[in-house]
Formats: sequence, C-alpha cells, structure tokens
Amino acid sequence: MEKILEVKDLNISFHTFAGEVKAIRGVDFDLYKGETLAIVGESGSGKSVTTKSIMRLLPPGNSEIKGGQMLFNGKDLAKLSDKQMQKIRGKDISMIFQDPMTSLNPTIKIGKQIMEPIVRHQNMSKSAAKERAIELLRLVGIPQPEKRFEQYPHQFSGGMRQRVVIAIALACNPKVLIADEPTTALDVTIQAQILELMKDLQKKIDTSIIFITHDLGVVANVADRVAVMYGGKIVEIGTVDEIFYNPQHPYTWGLISSMPSLDAKDEELYAIPGTPPNLLHPPKGDAFAPRNQYAMQIDLEEQPPMFKVSDTHYAATWLLHPDAPKVEPPEAVKRRMRQFPAGKEVK
Amino acid sequence: MTRYLVKRILYMLVTLFVIASLTFFLMKLIPGTPFASANKLSPAQMAIMKAKYGLDEPVAVQYVKYLGNLVQGDLGIAFQFGNTPVSDLLANRIGPSIHLGLQAMIIGSIIGMILGVFAALRQNTWVDYSSTFLAVIGKAIPNFVFAGLLQFFVAVKLGWFPVLFWKGPEYTVLPTIALMMFPVAIAARFMRTEMIEILGSDYITLAKAKGASYFDIAFKHALRNALIPLVTVLGPLTASMMTGSLVVERIFAIPGIGEQFVKSISVNDYNVIMGTNLFFAALFVVIILIVDILYGVIDPRIRLAGGKK
Repeated sequence: MEKILEVKDLNISFHTFAGEVKAIRGVDFDLYKGETLAIVGESGSGKSVTTKSIMRLLPPGNSEIKGGQMLFNGKDLAKLSDKQMQKIRGKDISMIFQDPMTSLNPTIKIGKQIMEPIVRHQNMSKSAAKERAIELLRLVGIPQPEKRFEQYPHQFSGGMRQRVVIAIALACNPKVLIADEPTTALDVTIQAQILELMKDLQKKIDTSIIFITHDLGVVANVADRVAVMYGGKIVEIGTVDEIFYNPQHPYTWGLISSMPSLDAKDEELYAIPGTPPNLLHPPKGDAFAPRNQYAMQIDLEEQPPMFKVSDTHYAATWLLHPDAPKVEPPEAVKRRMRQFPAGKEVK
Repeated sequence: MTRYLVKRILYMLVTLFVIASLTFFLMKLIPGTPFASANKLSPAQMAIMKAKYGLDEPVAVQYVKYLGNLVQGDLGIAFQFGNTPVSDLLANRIGPSIHLGLQAMIIGSIIGMILGVFAALRQNTWVDYSSTFLAVIGKAIPNFVFAGLLQFFVAVKLGWFPVLFWKGPEYTVLPTIALMMFPVAIAARFMRTEMIEILGSDYITLAKAKGASYFDIAFKHALRNALIPLVTVLGPLTASMMTGSLVVERIFAIPGIGEQFVKSISVNDYNVIMGTNLFFAALFVVIILIVDILYGVIDPRIRLAGGKK
C-alpha cells in the first residue's frame, strides 16, 4: 500500500513557566492511502498535539518541534515555511474539530465559509465556487442547500454544523483528513450519522483519515488501524482486529477492560487506577509502569522498544521480550482473545 | 423592525422628558439670577426683571410653561446675548463642536483599531509594546496638554498649521489631533484585548486549517467579531466628543458649544442650560439607538427576530 504520510520520531515540547513539557516523545506512524487510522488514548496522551503539529497549528510562541520528521509527499512538514504550509492546509490536509458549536465563524454566512478554501486553493471563480459549495452541502446531507448557503451558523443545529465543518474540510478533496474527536460534542444518534457520513465520503473521494477519539466504540466502527497513545508515545499499533482481539500492551488491556461489553454479566466495570504521568518530568522507564499491575523492575528503569507481534502489529511492552515471564491478561481481554482467529499462533 | 424603531423612539421621548424634568429642577436649586448686573439692581428693579421673564412664579408653574414651550419647539431666549433665541445660539455654536468631535472620533478610532489589531497580531513584540505605550499616554495625559504642546511646537515653532481660530480645514488639524488621543487609546486597548481572545478561538483555528492567510484571518475572520464590544464603548464616547471640549475649544479659539455651555451654568442662563442639555441628551439617545442597530449589522445573532421576513 502507498504511504501518504510518514511521521518519524516526532518530539514536541511546550515551554511553560514551570519548565519544558515533553508532550510528544518519539511518535512514529505511517498513514496509508485510503485508510482510517484511529488514535486513541486518554486526555493528555498527545493525540491532539500530534495531529495539530501535522497541520502546524500549534501555538508558535510556546510550542517547539524538537525533532523528527513528518513526511507528506516527500516534503517534511516540520520544515515548511508558513506560506508553503498555507498552501497545504485545507487543500491536501484538512481538519475537522471537536466542537461544531464554536468552530464556525458566527458572523460569516455558511456559504462563504465553505467557498473560502475553494476560492483560495482551486482558483475557481466566485460563481463556480458557489456551485461547488452548494454541491458540498448537498453531499454532506444538508437539505435545501441553496437556502442554507445564505444562512449563518446560529441557524444550524450542532449536527448540521458538524456537517458544514466536514463540507469545508472536504471542499478541496484533501489527501489526508484529520478528525479530532469529531463526534464527542454530539449526541449519540447524531454521532452515528456523522460517522456514517464520514465513511461514505471517504469512499467517494478516496481520502485517508486520522481519527482521534477516546471512544473505543467509535474506533471499532470506523478504523482500519488503531494507534494507542500513552504519555506522549504510541504504545501499541495494529489493525482493529489485532488491537481489539489480541492486545499486547497492559495499557490497551486496561482500555479494553474498561469498555462495557454485552457478554460480561454482573461484573464491576474496570477502571485503570492512578493518573497519567506528568510530562514536565517524564518517567525514565515505561510511562505506564506506575499504574501497571504487571510492571516489572525493568519497566521502571528502561523504556521498552516496539516489539513486533505481526507485520502490522507492534507494542511497546517488556512483556513481549523473550525473557519476560508469561502473564495472564485480564478476564475481559482473554475472552476477546479467544475470538481472535490468529490469536492461537501468536505467543 | 419598524415596530421596534417606533417603540425605541417612544422610549427615547420618555427619556428626554425625564432628563428635561430633572435638569429643570436641579438647575433651579442653584442660587442666583441670570441677570448680569444683579448686584447693582434694587429689590424693586429685580422684581420687575423677574416678572418680565416669568421667574417670579412658583417653580412648578415655570416648569409647566417651559414644557409647553418646549413641545412647540421654543427653547426660550438666552439671557447673556441680548435676548437671542437659544435655538439660534445652538445652531451657530454646535457646528464646529460636532465637526471637530466627529472628525477626532472617526480618525481616532480608526487609528486606535489598527494599532489594536497589530498589537494583537504581534503580541508581546515591540509593536505590541509601542501600541500599549501610546494608549497609556493617550489615556493618561489630558487633551489640553496635547493641545498646548501641539500649538506651541507644531504651530508656533514649525509653523505647519495655524495657531488659532476656525476658518478652514487646516485649522481643524491640531485640535483634532489633541482630541483624538483619547479615542485612539480606548480603541487600541479594547481592540487588542478582543482580538487576542478571538484569535485563540476555535473558528480562527478552523480558518487557519483552511489555509487562510494572516491578512484574511485578521481582517476577514477576526475583526468583525471584535467590533461588538468596541461599538459599545465608542458609541457613547462619540456623543461626548461631539458635545465639545471646553478647554480645547478655548485653547484654539474655536467658537464651539463646550465653552458656551460651561459659561451658561456659571451665569444661571436657564434657557441655555436647558436647551444645550436637552440637545446633548437627544444626541446621546440617538447614538445609543444607532449603536443598537449597528450590533445587528455586525453580528447576525443579534438581529431582530422577524427583521428578515
């Protein structure tokens, strides 16, 4: 498969009055053409920072890309000038944000907001851009697009506004679409509609999607591959089936155990104990070790490398080292592993 | 919209009535008479004078009579100027004040807004600091200090502009600069604060994510949203600028209303006090109405329900 975006050893820090916060500490991943990669993790794990840095939308004053590359079409996004970046944003890479209630400009008509990237990137005339904008409104399922074109954001509901935001993001048929928790602020029925719409449009324009969420139910629904982030690193990455039915990292186990499931009866819902690490002083070893009931001495001393589980599945945990003792994953995870066909072959 | 306007105009009339009544009774509390040579008049002469102008009647009767005349558009006569009607006096004197005030206000707020926008865009750089410095100066130093300095250095020493009087456009330059420092300061500070807040909002991030240039982000996306609080402050300020500045008008020998108004209070020129005050009040309520209409023009969310039908 063709790689569209390669992120290599990305390191990002924020400079605060308290000191340097190492928010992203060596993130690697590839994004393939036409796939959906979900990035999951709890708040503060670095999901949004990673994607905002791909768009170069981090505040210039206090954030710094300390190292690494973000290769898009062979160009390193980290090294582009602002002017060059403006040509990529909204055209090749675009973004959908979390809260549709605040992400549209309240004083500009919807139509004009959709036309803006079209006029800017595609050199279309005003009237052609208007036609395209109305077509986009129709595409994202907004009834009476000609009338809606002339309206302001406050005349739209939350779900409709998110459709408008999607229309803006897709206006120039981007190669990469970053969706930063696009359904978090919506109610459940609207969530399902928006997810269906995104899947549908992805097929139509053949774009790759990076989907940030902390809702594993959404992940199972939309993603081809999943990257689990913790403490500014990717701790496990693999296909949806591999992450859901053959997880290897204790943190992924924790995430999966804390999902309510239909076949678990009368069990108390699991919660991962403790709190995420303070990245002002990142831990020396595995960031998850203090909350990890399977932690070994080496977890506190040295960061685990990415161990290969299969060609598509990698996890950063010392438990995968050949010398590590065999541990029993939690019951909820074992139940899932039994449903994973390839699970028997893996150690 | 028409219904709203009619309602607002009715409210404005009520406001003006209340202001007229309050001013009338407060004014009558000031001791003394409007007659210039009052201390040379014998009690008998004084009684004759008072009777002539109806000042011997009870205050309540005077009030009703005044309101009666007012409704017919008669503001009475000015005692100080050989019995000229107050409306003539206002008409002659208000022109320069409004001209000067509006000119200073418009130029001042435009300069202030530009300064504020650039201060916000270049936050914590020398641009921001110089804009802040200018704003502090504009707010802290009274306009008559600027007036005096400008007059001395720019007019007397350099001779670029006339020193005094009110005879043509070049005569307006220095008083305008002196008066506009305050609106510059106010507009710059408000604009900066608003712009910084708006530049951090989600829809600006989305505009950046669309690939918009810095210029478009500042002037197409942020500016309009930043104008709402600015209009709130600048509206009433415009009214007070248009009603003239006593000191600046005196320094530049401008025949405006500011000086006239203050003088009329010190000599108990009842009709001039009432007339000028009512005129200022009317100006104020009209400007507040304009501000309210502007809100709707700037922000579609504030537009009146049914206004678009």
